[in-house]
Amino acid sequence: MSRPVYRQPAALALVAVGGMAGTTVRALTAAALAVPPGHWPTATFTVNLVGAFILGMLLEAISSQDLLAHWALRFRLLLGTGFCGALTTYSTLAVEADLLIRSQHPVLAGTYVIASVLLGLIATAAGIWAGNLLGGRR
Amino acid sequence: MSTTRYLLIALTGGVGAITRFAVDGALRARWPGHFPWQTILINVTGSLLLGFLTGLVLFHAEPALLTAVLGTGFCGGYTTFSTASFETVRLVRDRAPLLAFANAIGTPLLSIAAAAAGLVLAHG
Repeated sequence: MSRPVYRQPAALALVAVGGMAGTTVRALTAAALAVPPGHWPTATFTVNLVGAFILGMLLEAISSQDLLAHWALRFRLLLGTGFCGALTTYSTLAVEADLLIRSQHPVLAGTYVIASVLLGLIATAAGIWAGNLLGGRR
Repeated sequence: MSTTRYLLIALTGGVGAITRFAVDGALRARWPGHFPWQTILINVTGSLLLGFLTGLVLFHAEPALLTAVLGTGFCGGYTTFSTASFETVRLVRDRAPLLAFANAIGTPLLSIAAAAAGLVLAHG
């Protein structure tokens, strides 16, 4: 208990396992939904919205639990920080927007970024609503 | 893509997730506060690195394995869209609409600028 959670080996292991799983799902999605340059980046768009929904649902569902409860903290590290954090990506979103701008598709780039951010917020809110039902409140 | 390639991507993705967790935890412990600038910093530095790696492949014909493993793996695992989105919603719920707006607008703008800078740096 003396060490902060981000320096505890068990916590780091949970984040690593979740992170490896999230990264693998993202890489498989990127391969399955690959598009030619100059097109809407379907794969990143999809994983980001799905991940935003899952994270909202997870954090809301466990929010009524004492965060020091072992299982709640473990779920959060494995599925939230690890899986959802690695399933979603901001760096790929940013580079895709830049490449669209560079290839003379500024409107597509702008639409992609704005749609990602706005729908990401809606997905998060929808996830929170679902997590509320799961958590058994209201 | 081969199994080895996916394995390398998964491993570096795990390292990226750990790095994000450790950096975020250390920064929040030292400088606690309401506005999630720690996540912005993580997303901006990850975007700078991915822009640079992408530029190396685009302009210098470096092997695409470099962006696949370090880019898709490390940068993808390190940066996060879901947390950024959740933090914006949290700020809205905490009745801090201006901070929520700043986070929602600032994260993409700064990340895209950082990735652009990375591309330019790689162009040389």
